[in-house]
Amino acid sequence: MSLEKCISCGLCAEKCPKKVVNAYDEGLSKRKAIYIDYAQAVPLKYSIDPDQCIYIQKKRCKLCEKICPTGAIDFEEQATQIRLRVGVVILTLGSQAYDPLKWDTYGYKNSKNILTSLEFERVLSASGPYEGHLIRPLDKKEPKKIAWLQCIGSRDVHIGANGYCSGICCTNSIKGAILAKDHIKTLDAAIFYIDIRTYGKDLERYYNYAKNDLGIRFIKSKITTIEPVNADGNHLLRYIDASGQRCEEEFDMVVLSVGLKIPERSKALARILDIDINEYGFARTTSFEPVETTRPGVYVCGTFQSPKTIPSAVIDASAASGMAGSLLAESRWTNTKTLEHVEERDIRGEPPRIGIFVCCCGTNIAAYVDVPKVVEYAKTLPYVVFAQQNLFSCSQDTQDEMTQIIKDQGLNRVVVAACTPKTHEPLFQMTVSKAGLNKYLFEMANIRNQCSWVHQSDMILATTKAKDLVKMAAAKAVLYKPLAEPEMKVNQQVLIVGGGVAGLEAAKNLSQQGYVTYVIEKSGQLGGHTKKLYKTWQGEFIKDYFDNLMDDINDETQILYWLNAQILSVEGSIGNFRTTILSNGQKRILSHGVVIIASGASQYIPAEYLYGKSDRVMTSLELEQKLSNNTDFKSYKTIAFVQCVGSRNEKRPYCSRVCCTQSIKNAILLKQMDAGRQIYILYRDIRTYGMREDLYRAARDMGIHFIRYNNDKTLQVTQNNDLIKLEFTDIVLRREMVIETQLLVLASAVIAEEKNSLVKLFKISQNEDHFFAEAHVKLRPNDFAIDGMFLCGIAHGPKTVGESITQARAAAARAVTVLSKKSVSLLGTVAYVDPTLCSQCSVCVSICPYYAPIFNLKTKKAQIQHTLCKGCGLCVASCRSGAINLNGFETSEILDMVKSIL
Amino acid sequence: MSEKNIGSVLVLGGGISGMQAAIDCANSGFYVYLVDSSPSIGGMMAKLNKTFPTNDCAM
Repeated sequence: MSLEKCISCGLCAEKCPKKVVNAYDEGLSKRKAIYIDYAQAVPLKYSIDPDQCIYIQKKRCKLCEKICPTGAIDFEEQATQIRLRVGVVILTLGSQAYDPLKWDTYGYKNSKNILTSLEFERVLSASGPYEGHLIRPLDKKEPKKIAWLQCIGSRDVHIGANGYCSGICCTNSIKGAILAKDHIKTLDAAIFYIDIRTYGKDLERYYNYAKNDLGIRFIKSKITTIEPVNADGNHLLRYIDASGQRCEEEFDMVVLSVGLKIPERSKALARILDIDINEYGFARTTSFEPVETTRPGVYVCGTFQSPKTIPSAVIDASAASGMAGSLLAESRWTNTKTLEHVEERDIRGEPPRIGIFVCCCGTNIAAYVDVPKVVEYAKTLPYVVFAQQNLFSCSQDTQDEMTQIIKDQGLNRVVVAACTPKTHEPLFQMTVSKAGLNKYLFEMANIRNQCSWVHQSDMILATTKAKDLVKMAAAKAVLYKPLAEPEMKVNQQVLIVGGGVAGLEAAKNLSQQGYVTYVIEKSGQLGGHTKKLYKTWQGEFIKDYFDNLMDDINDETQILYWLNAQILSVEGSIGNFRTTILSNGQKRILSHGVVIIASGASQYIPAEYLYGKSDRVMTSLELEQKLSNNTDFKSYKTIAFVQCVGSRNEKRPYCSRVCCTQSIKNAILLKQMDAGRQIYILYRDIRTYGMREDLYRAARDMGIHFIRYNNDKTLQVTQNNDLIKLEFTDIVLRREMVIETQLLVLASAVIAEEKNSLVKLFKISQNEDHFFAEAHVKLRPNDFAIDGMFLCGIAHGPKTVGESITQARAAAARAVTVLSKKSVSLLGTVAYVDPTLCSQCSVCVSICPYYAPIFNLKTKKAQIQHTLCKGCGLCVASCRSGAINLNGFETSEILDMVKSIL
Repeated sequence: MSEKNIGSVLVLGGGISGMQAAIDCANSGFYVYLVDSSPSIGGMMAKLNKTFPTNDCAM
């Protein structure tokens, strides 16, 4: 297939006689042998499935080649070998879903109503096999009861399965159940689990919502068998519940929450690339170099490193980019290509000369709209001097033709009536730019998505509507004026707030990439909590790492830091910030182009369980410090840990993520020092995600006692001489228990400051748990909503040292995407205020999500900061005086559009 | 110029992390080759209906 020639008209797939199972829909639907996976695919080009194509397999057919209007299909095309010279390789090979057929314990193969979680995604999807209707594959009936079974292929050391925790499946099933209940309100949804592991940011609240507000049932259990009930497609689940009772229940549908695994071909590729993988096939990394493989210059991110959620994968990806940037800093911009710049024609004083191009989009538009008639009509519109039809306006040859026509006809406004500006506006804007016109002298009429596709049954009316759409676009274009995209210089310095490991790692990376960084730390020393930590869960010594980091920081001449520093004020925006700080009594103004917030969080100081009253009760962080200082623990023959102290309760309904692994790691260390020592861990759900599960398994094998307690009921802690007495209800045995211990370790929560002064200073926001809120929880976890501001470390949410390091490098990389361009080009379509009409009400200031409008104290009028405006139009709509207008969407332009069809 | 200092990056895999790595590298001044084994980028995330915990469309 020629990517250049294919215009995705779909004729080939329509004619292709070969129907095959659609892997994109997890086998639940059919597609053709020539196909695109889904409507939004990038690139949106058809491809041939060589295993299924009749011509490739049997040397006859070629129907697609005959029908293709652009000659994009070439059966003679051969695979070619390409040699690339690169400075860095980033491996993002991903993972695949565990295949339950491998060890078909649950009868997945023979029952259509037992689905994997990925198949269930497709069932729920509007673009899926059932167009988003939640129905059973067997009889297409709505299910009344659905069961989700967790840990299928994960946390399982039996043949064919994997010992690690896949980390995403608990929340994914909760999502599935929430969405299923949204489809069918009366649905009975039940999740059968071992531990619910909602350890990520905002996920515990999601779990609580599912459980408490939606009534989704969570059943801690061990499934023994699933058997079909008659032939009606229902299944009987037999399981042992948390109290050891044998139970059974019938369900209409069963979803197997399958884990992630590394495909064999990725393991083979790892061998070719000569990088180490662990026993499960994941790329081997360390806590301190979390995206670096064992081969220099080869980085890894995403689920090929370990199972992880989307935001963690995105953080990894930016971190890998940061590492590439530090390695290749001196070669920046040496291999990139620059777009050819065409001088802009001055159109001042010219009357509007509009050219209109009406697209057939193959038959997508032309089959339902009479395109020649629309062209003839377009020619009659005011100021239109040229109109023609294009078979495919987006094809390369048509683009070139249009550029020539714009020049030859002296056009100064261009309208393309075709598909959607969402996908094609930038392309056509580039076309008019190439012809020497300002890109804002272009308008699009959507006569496909909003016309031909929705009025396929009535060509006359569809044609009339297409004419109206073209008329409106032309009426608007008449008033268009060229808009400037001012370039603004970006100050090359970076301000980092917080001198903990996240701030320091970000500073180090930025310095390696060639940028001067200012680190401000409010306490009297650098290092934050990291200085108190002993070992990582992978057994690495944190002190050694930290000492090396401090050496690097002190060696880097481009890192300047201030201790005991306080921020007094922040002015400016992306590219040009001015921050005033006070450090050791001295005031200083720092100019910088971007900001990284790495201000950290603190440890919850327990008010409960005799903390502060007994020297035999300490927090996990204090235990870490004692282990680090080689404190003698010989006399302690019994040690108990209590999990979730201050976390997952009413006041702080979130999981602190690090504490389960930390307690287990320390319990193992203490057990290794003295095998005869009794160690108890009182927990609610053990959340050893990813490869940390191996540590949990090892702890159990060593004889460390794990006991589930219920934090709703009081855990009584009293002291009797040298013994701490714990009285609680064991929820597995359902009886009162007493443990006497010589040492009690409280896994206390990671907490964020509620009234953080940075919120007002930088105009940033916090989530409900007071951690800083990122621009987008999935896709922009390192960015704030405000341009030029980035985030990392535990200020973003609880995380391990390794995870903080990753995010620090990610934030640095994100900052470099701004800094490296040396200037930012601003949008042309921004709002502006007519000061003579402004009535000083300040509504625009309060309504803008980007803080673009400000109140000018001198003129006493509102003013839009061009650098921050995104052109959303909220202020325009909310201005009661009609003082605000939006370039490219002026009130006059909109009104003329409307008037034209009245 | 030494071998490691070629200002180009090869990203193997076009899922969500591959796409993000490619975008960030390109926006930092490096020429990027993004390679995927399937005809379109998007990887596993492109199959998802919605994403937790905001129930946003995965597409």
